Amino acid sequence: MSERASRFGPSAGTRVEDAALLCGRGQFADDLGCKPGTLHAAILRSSHAHARLRGVDVSAAERAVGVRAVLTADDVTRWSRPLLAALRVPVLQPVLAKDAVHYVGEPLAVVLAENRYLAEDALEAIRVEYEPLPPVLDIAQALTLDGPRAHADLAQNIVSDRSYCYGDPDAALAAASHRVRLQIAYPRNTATPLECGVVVAEHFPDGNGGHGAYEVMSNFTGPMSLHAVMAMALQVPESHLRLRFPRDVGGSFGTKQSLFSAIVLLCLAARKAGAPVKWVEDRREHMTAATSATARRSHIEAAVQDDGRIAALSFDQIDDVGAYLRAPEPATFYRMHGCLTGAYAIQHLRVRNRVVLTNKTPTGLVRGFGGPQVYFALERLVQRIAVQLGLDPLDVYRRNFIAKDAFPYRAAAGALIDSGDYAATLAVALQAADITALRDRQRQARSEGRLYGIGFAAVVEPSISNMGYVTAALTAEQRAHAGPKQGALAAATVQIDPLGGITVGIDSMPAGQGHRTVCAQRVAAVFGLAPGDIVVNSELDTQKDAWSIAAGNYSCRFAGAVAGAVQIAAQRLRDRVAQHCADLLGCAPQDVVFAAGSLHARGQPEHILPLARVLSGPHWAPALSTEAGPPPLRETVFFTPETLHAPSSDDRVNASATYGFVFDLCALEIDRTTGRVYIDRYVTAHDAGRLLHPALADGQVRGGFAQALGAALSEELRYDGQGRFASQTLSDYLLPTCLDVPAPIIVHTQTPSPFTPLGAKGIGEGNSMSTPVCIANAVADALSSLPQSEHCQDLRLPLTPATVLALVAGGQGQAATGTVAVQTGKIR
Amino acid sequence: MKPAPFEYVRIDHPDELSALLTEHGPEAAVLAGGQSLMPILNLRLRRPRVLLDLSRCRALHDLTPTSGGLQIGAAVTQATVLSWPRLAHQVPLLALALPHVGNPQIRSRGTLCGSLAHAHPQAELPLCLAALDGEIVLRSQRGERRIAAADFFIAAQKTACRPDEYIAQAHIPCQSIDEGSAFLEVAVRVTGQAQVACAAIAGPHRLRLAVLAGQATPQVHDYPLLPEADLRDQLDIIARSLALSCASADDDAYRRQLVVSLGLNALKQAQRARDRRAAVDAQIMEHRR
Ligand SMILES: Cc1cc2nc3c(=O)[nH]c(=O)nc-3n(C[C@H](O)[C@H](O)[C@H](O)COP(=O)(O)OP(=O)(O)OC[C@H]3O[C@@H](n4cnc5c(N)ncnc54)[C@H](O)[C@@H]3O)c2cc1C
Repeated sequence: MSERASRFGPSAGTRVEDAALLCGRGQFADDLGCKPGTLHAAILRSSHAHARLRGVDVSAAERAVGVRAVLTADDVTRWSRPLLAALRVPVLQPVLAKDAVHYVGEPLAVVLAENRYLAEDALEAIRVEYEPLPPVLDIAQALTLDGPRAHADLAQNIVSDRSYCYGDPDAALAAASHRVRLQIAYPRNTATPLECGVVVAEHFPDGNGGHGAYEVMSNFTGPMSLHAVMAMALQVPESHLRLRFPRDVGGSFGTKQSLFSAIVLLCLAARKAGAPVKWVEDRREHMTAATSATARRSHIEAAVQDDGRIAALSFDQIDDVGAYLRAPEPATFYRMHGCLTGAYAIQHLRVRNRVVLTNKTPTGLVRGFGGPQVYFALERLVQRIAVQLGLDPLDVYRRNFIAKDAFPYRAAAGALIDSGDYAATLAVALQAADITALRDRQRQARSEGRLYGIGFAAVVEPSISNMGYVTAALTAEQRAHAGPKQGALAAATVQIDPLGGITVGIDSMPAGQGHRTVCAQRVAAVFGLAPGDIVVNSELDTQKDAWSIAAGNYSCRFAGAVAGAVQIAAQRLRDRVAQHCADLLGCAPQDVVFAAGSLHARGQPEHILPLARVLSGPHWAPALSTEAGPPPLRETVFFTPETLHAPSSDDRVNASATYGFVFDLCALEIDRTTGRVYIDRYVTAHDAGRLLHPALADGQVRGGFAQALGAALSEELRYDGQGRFASQTLSDYLLPTCLDVPAPIIVHTQTPSPFTPLGAKGIGEGNSMSTPVCIANAVADALSSLPQSEHCQDLRLPLTPATVLALVAGGQGQAATGTVAVQTGKIR
Repeated sequence: MKPAPFEYVRIDHPDELSALLTEHGPEAAVLAGGQSLMPILNLRLRRPRVLLDLSRCRALHDLTPTSGGLQIGAAVTQATVLSWPRLAHQVPLLALALPHVGNPQIRSRGTLCGSLAHAHPQAELPLCLAALDGEIVLRSQRGERRIAAADFFIAAQKTACRPDEYIAQAHIPCQSIDEGSAFLEVAVRVTGQAQVACAAIAGPHRLRLAVLAGQATPQVHDYPLLPEADLRDQLDIIARSLALSCASADDDAYRRQLVVSLGLNALKQAQRARDRRAAVDAQIMEHRR
């Protein structure tokens, strides 16, 4: 079958979501009608990175045209508590700054007006008196003993400092024939969904026995563990913070996690206004103040044998989490902790993790969460090992990979890596790339003096996060004191209506990935129906639907956990139906066959019962079916992978239920004139276990690749020397456009996970982890043909043309400023 | 990101525009394609009291070939100019440069005159107008005046257009048949803002290079036909003369380096284009004989 036929043919299936989306009939949060009288919110935000607040005078704004109320820090203090953090930290985040501001974009006040225009007009009438304080703007500065503090009263900027040791890394490092070291820096960047945040909040003074209750509709995408944080901040029981999630969301990539503080803020605003309020985050607010990936500095070192085998690894990592340690941080570290040794069988590992506060936007979930930072260090290191030892990088990979017969494999820091055949996936990638031809092309290009490089990256892609992993940041005693946290509950409901129709409810809070399509296919297959017969509702209502703390859209929990829960629920309900109708068919329940919209006994296809009639029966005559148990009308399943334990007393943690594998290859050329990077070929090979829907899987890979290409070549959230934010719009934060993104060649291998109901693993985050470093490795390889290539190996993202051209100049032994001799100081 | 309040007037006749500009002066803003002005309003970087929308004024929609060139009305979009069938023949430089302006969506609303009025230091069209010795017609109730590109662009986003005036049209002279053109640009993204752009025109006896590299206004340099080494020296002089921005030292170094290499390439390409054109002409003459 041609590729075209398989990609678009019936086996792939079109998405049930698409018709409405393509015709402009999506139901996004901002499209849903509001109650009459709903007010519109605009948020006043700090223009300073760090300043004491001498006064915030809102009186003129309160009198402005169309304004009904202004929420201030005093209201917030009266009605709420600061947001709880995952660790004990000296400063907690308030939803409105009170005495001082700590990053550009920090909320100061909220104006509630008849429309957003009037609300923004009134923002200009608020007088804020700032007394600037010195800001902390990067990790190096944060670590200095006598430098500024991100909060004036902090003793130090480091809020977490933990060291870990697995095996005997010191001995392995001491005995190593080679030690390869690398220092890397990973920048702040983000994932930029098309749709920004939306919150509609209402306060019910009579709810909660007169203590007040809140209802919210928002495109916040979880994790729903943060629902508890919101409720505690609002000082209501969780049941009195009702949260509803809309049908369509225009992308999240993790970033909509950051909306939880805005939800608390808007609840308080609704309380102040005595009316429902709506806030639609605009692009500038999103870029400035929503979230960011952590910036990281790492020192990484490997003990390496002559053949390239890595005996031990040492990581010294420092994360910049911004002005507050916002939940779930420092999860960027701990999501990856168990699998820090990547795809390699390395039993000796040393880790030091430090978290610093800076005067920048708080960090949080961004596609790949933690992976891009770890692999930028680890995979650059593998490339350096090959160069330093004069080995083919592919041999270094093959010699270090976890062996195919070693799965499930317990990694040094505790990951239980479920399945894989890394060498086979690598082989598939090389074949798809035609590596021999590429290497010939490289030789040819180099003989002509061109800069052509081939880079690789191998990545273990964790999915389905263990709700207890962040407690690895605590000591064993602290964990014992706090009580165990583990697991990753996924909830799904399948129910039957009085005419025999089937509706499915899920807790995956999709943001465009096509979850409804996959669930419809699974359930249809179980009941012998067509996917179009099944309704899947992905909205979520915390007062009515099944959910738990892990609910949400992150860590690729859908394919492995949620689709699995749907499958189990559908099968259970089908089995109960079979119990009830086995008599009618005169067979044992396990011999009831569900096919083509009807039922029959195995071996007797001529005697059929219409399925809808059987399914609907218990609604109309429940008494007839009591003997075979309660009427089979609804089944809710909570599934959690059994392998997700709390961190052990020796700090080992299996942070995720499944671990996919990605092997990438990038061949590129650097334009010596402009420094532009031209990708000649990009192959990305994935093993995500069993693929539930190949076209959707490829869609995840393509989108992830495009975002990762941006991270590699153009995107960075930048600040100037005063901490003012310099990437406020999309003309400053350079996303790649479709013209900038080449089509990657996508190939798959499939080793099913033994730990998920369908054998599926996540696939959505792999390229965010593999692609930036793969491109960097290819750039490093291209530069390696320069006479002084050791001078140009410190690659920093993003690799913009100017950055790359400076590297080329360095490799040619020139000052990095290029051919024109530039004098320092003033030029006439 | 909502604009401050303003009044909106849809202009149906040019006289109306002149009258309202006289009435409101600096409090008014002309709205053409809105591709620069609307973001500026949304960010509240400007707060005009009145917006005068000329985009539907029929009289300003003309794109007219004149004896020596092309006359482009204020409401003519960049897409319309680009799709004018004889553009590549009559003003090849513009045909080469226009695809670098934004992307099709932007060009289908953005006007050529709007880009000149906006006079952004990273915009391609002011550079082309300067390279082509184009002229601008400014109109007000006081009458019309015609002004050369060199006198029009005064500083970054500052032009000779007075508060009561608007650009009625731009005049772009046709290029001579014995000229070759090249337009080279480097940006972080394929369709992004130019970091450096070079427009080159090669005639039989002279070379011209217009450079956009972070300066406030387009810079045009004329040379006799020089050997490559001498051209390189000239370009080094340009590079040295570039003002340093305060943005980043790396960027400055980059722009300086690129001015030299991109400028040289543009001049070489323009000469090759000139020679190809001459060879084609020779063949046609041969054929006719
Ligand atoms: C995503 C994006 C990418 C872009 N990329 C590029 C690019 O690569 N290169 C580039 O050069 N530009 C680019 N632009 C800008 C675009 O070309 C604009 O269209 C152009 O700069 C202004 O033309 P306009 O008709 O939209 O003018 P408007 O936005 O309507 O007006 C711009 C300014 O000119 C004034 N003005 C407009 N017409 C007149 C007139 N007739 N008389 C007097 N004053 C007038 C207005 O008052 C305003 O101050 C981009 C824009 C966007 C949104």
